[in-house]
Amino acid sequence: MTDVVQQPVHPARARMSLSQSNLERIINIVSPLGLLLAWELAARFGWIDVRFFPAPSKIFVTLMNLVESGALWRHLSASMQRLFWGFIFGGVPALLLGIGMGLNRTLRAVFDPIVSATYPIPKSAILPLMLLIFGLGEASKIVMVAVGIFYPILINTVAGVLEINKIYFDVSHNFGARGWQVFRTVAFPGALPLIMTGVKLGVGMGLILISLAEMVGAKSGLGYMMWNAWEILSVETMYVGLLVIAALGIVFTLILTEIERLIVPWKIAR
Amino acid sequence: MNGQALKSAPAKADDVKIRLRGLSKTFETRKGPFVAIDNLTLDIPAGCFFMIVGPSGCGKTTLLRILAGLDKHTSGTLEIAKPADSSRPGNSMVFQGDSLFPWMTVWENASYGLRMRNRPQKEIKDVVGHYLMRTGLSKFTDLYPHQLSGGMRQRVSIARAFANDPDILLMDEPFSALDEQNKVLLQEELLRIWEETRKTVMFITHSVDEAVTLGDRIMVMTAHPGRAKAMVDVPFPRPRSVLELRAQPEYGEFVYNIWGYLREEVHRARSQDEGSST
Repeated sequence: MTDVVQQPVHPARARMSLSQSNLERIINIVSPLGLLLAWELAARFGWIDVRFFPAPSKIFVTLMNLVESGALWRHLSASMQRLFWGFIFGGVPALLLGIGMGLNRTLRAVFDPIVSATYPIPKSAILPLMLLIFGLGEASKIVMVAVGIFYPILINTVAGVLEINKIYFDVSHNFGARGWQVFRTVAFPGALPLIMTGVKLGVGMGLILISLAEMVGAKSGLGYMMWNAWEILSVETMYVGLLVIAALGIVFTLILTEIERLIVPWKIAR
Repeated sequence: MNGQALKSAPAKADDVKIRLRGLSKTFETRKGPFVAIDNLTLDIPAGCFFMIVGPSGCGKTTLLRILAGLDKHTSGTLEIAKPADSSRPGNSMVFQGDSLFPWMTVWENASYGLRMRNRPQKEIKDVVGHYLMRTGLSKFTDLYPHQLSGGMRQRVSIARAFANDPDILLMDEPFSALDEQNKVLLQEELLRIWEETRKTVMFITHSVDEAVTLGDRIMVMTAHPGRAKAMVDVPFPRPRSVLELRAQPEYGEFVYNIWGYLREEVHRARSQDEGSST
């Protein structure tokens, strides 16, 4: 019984793939820094119009001023709170409905046409309607984010459940799993890789929509900060806003990729 | 809930565990009805290691899925004697090919049935630990299926079914994807583990060798439609050793006889396939 003929993946191979993924993470950080350097040089040597494209060092000074005055933190935290609640109110229903639609043909038949019809509507186009319904307060911004996050997570979750090999459902039924147990042990973990893809797309969409929503009828947030900068012709502040949003995009992607590595360890790294 | 007529039977040593009467299964296809199983009548005694041999497409897997409650038969009756202890599951299946959950470790896969039935932690630990030890997997409990070889994955699959302690074990060509050496090793292991409990087993294979090596009784099935062509009792005593058994001259003769039943079936199925593919 102990003479196992084949061994599991050799540890050396696992180490090699680890350093490979480390290298990829370093490249992920280095490539945007290279772009910044080129920009700085172009501004210093007058190759680009600094009225529209101020040097990154100038933008950095403005950034520092905004940090010191506490304004950036105020706007950032306002946007993050809206993003967070939008993520909860959009993502959780999308996840539950998505798994339900993946498991149940009737549910799929009911919601598929509705999703297909409403998904292509540009989310930015419903902003006036949302402002009308939810007013100028927090609710309209949160709803905008929630709507933006809802679709990518819903669509990817449905696809994730449908992609699960039918044999796993047979196994779970044969071994006595019922209802919630099937959901917990097969549908959810099986769909998790695609759910994570949906979350990443959804967070990106959320960032787009929160900046947009805050430009109209808000008195705080990164979007408001940038819109206000346009009104007072402070180009550097606009760039600070763009940079912060870009940085958020990178940070969220890195965090979500780490989370993915932790909760989907069985998916072989590609 | 799966449409099977479950009837409890008196507890006798020569009890009939599975009783089929005129069982048929017809699939509706675009080309019209397709008879997968035609009028199958069969008694399988408790504790019997029952083998079904037949060419591919003869409805073997369909029959197993009906017994497992994953499919429903179209006519006839199916009676499965309930286990004496009603807390035990009726059957557990070792599926063909990869059926381990990729998102669970070896331990989580092997303990799946017990966990779904909410058995106490200590029982899970003891039982799963025992069968992982018996299948030589004790050192690999934290690995995921993609980190294992095909042979090891199938061992986990067997451990998962045995650990669930079912009344009946259903095995659907569990070794067909393995190389010859691994096949013999796992057959040996299966026989040894089975000797501990002597559960009723229904085992499907397309290999006559495997059927004779493992089984007490062999049913040869025909294809299109799936019918019982012959029923043969295997005379070799237990406990058996795969290699020693195969070295006996009587073994070769026995296998040859069963091949006789099967040969014309394989030819018939092949000529039908060629006829229908034009």
